Amino acid sequence: MADTVEIQAKALNFYYAGNVHSLKQVNVPAHKNAVTALIGPSGCGKTTLLRCFNRMHDLYPKNRYEGEIIFEGRNILANDVDVIKLRSDIGMVFQKPTPFPMTIFDNIAYGLKLKGITRRSDLSERVEKALKNAALWDEAKDKLHVSAYDLSGGQQQRLVIARALAVEPHVLLFDEPSSALDPISTGKIEELIVQLKHNVTIIIVTHNMQQAARISDWTGFMMLGELIEFGRTDKMFTAPSEKLTEDYITGRFG
Amino acid sequence: MSIFDEELMRLKEKVLLMGSMVETAIKDSVRALVDRDNQLAKNVIENDHQINTLDSEIDEECIKLIALMQPKAGDLRFITTAMKITTDLERMGDMAANIAERALELNEEPILKPYIDIPRMREIAQAMTRDVLDAFVKGDKKLAMDVIMRDDEVDDLRNAILKELVFFMVQDPSTVTRAMKIIFVAQYLERIADHATNIAEMVIYLVAGKLIRHMTLPGEGTK
Repeated sequence: MADTVEIQAKALNFYYAGNVHSLKQVNVPAHKNAVTALIGPSGCGKTTLLRCFNRMHDLYPKNRYEGEIIFEGRNILANDVDVIKLRSDIGMVFQKPTPFPMTIFDNIAYGLKLKGITRRSDLSERVEKALKNAALWDEAKDKLHVSAYDLSGGQQQRLVIARALAVEPHVLLFDEPSSALDPISTGKIEELIVQLKHNVTIIIVTHNMQQAARISDWTGFMMLGELIEFGRTDKMFTAPSEKLTEDYITGRFG
Repeated sequence: MSIFDEELMRLKEKVLLMGSMVETAIKDSVRALVDRDNQLAKNVIENDHQINTLDSEIDEECIKLIALMQPKAGDLRFITTAMKITTDLERMGDMAANIAERALELNEEPILKPYIDIPRMREIAQAMTRDVLDAFVKGDKKLAMDVIMRDDEVDDLRNAILKELVFFMVQDPSTVTRAMKIIFVAQYLERIADHATNIAEMVIYLVAGKLIRHMTLPGEGTK
């Protein structure tokens, strides 16, 4: 089992500035080429956990991690980790599409240029590949040089995914990627996520339990900063072991 | 109570209603035979369509709940169990109607022998039916297990009846028609107990989340 784990939180504690203890002794693996969903009520810590995986919390200096997150054999919470490099290995897609105010092409080329890829032909090739991988190529190929804001919300979200894919990450983190989208765009994002897992490991935070059930292989249920239960998604949704999980997914909370 | 919980409660009540109708049918069908009561036999046969109607209604209800409520975990197991249970209950109702049909035929002829083991089988099969529905309602795994264990008793009685009646037939071929019909009745009762066992296995799934169907219990042959 251990060699199928791509990234793993071990005894992870997290404190927001002002010592709010938001994650408590969390142990959770994300398996290679699989989708792991994190579910739980608002404020349970699932987004906080997701943001630990690429050290998003570093943006606020008083935030504090304890414990380990092991990725490719090392603890990424260590001080000497190159956080910029880490975030290209472990990308993140947010709830609302966040395209840059530039053309579709430049949105994707931006990250590539930061990595030192500047030859026009290389860039074109990588942009095309990323758009194809994000299932956006057919819709965008004739307007690569128009503003990304001209795309619909669902297309913008796929553009953001293409941008993350362009730098060839090993892990992609999704923070409620379709909560701002209509059902058809949501369906496309879900299909895309299931396809992407063949190349990257995916961790997704979602409020939509049906979405977690549909697309994930593993599910972690969190409450009050603790991981209550982690297991195969089919098991979690048919016969969870913990009463709290049962109460939450059957909507009988509190 | 949420709308969904109310719907689940209604579903449970409907399954119980169906179960009690089946239990009555089992009891009456054998009574019609033992007491030579043709009217009672006819009632059992006529009432069977009500059981069938309930079966369809419950299935529709379950499909609707799955589509509209997207049940999960315990709720999902409850609804799928209800669907499977009613299939077994419906078959048990058919078996009771078959017993009633044989009763009508046997009541036309002289009594071959006093019925002793048949009422005994009826008693166990009926108790298994009642208890398994009780286990379903209460989520009682132990009681469900107990129902499964009792199936062997019914099998033994069926075998004893078979042996006895074969002896009759060999001794006096004029008894063959009647003896065969009584063997059928024993066979129907044995099937009823098997269906009760199926339901018990589903109840265990409902409670424990584990499917135990087609598994061999210790000291038991394959089924």
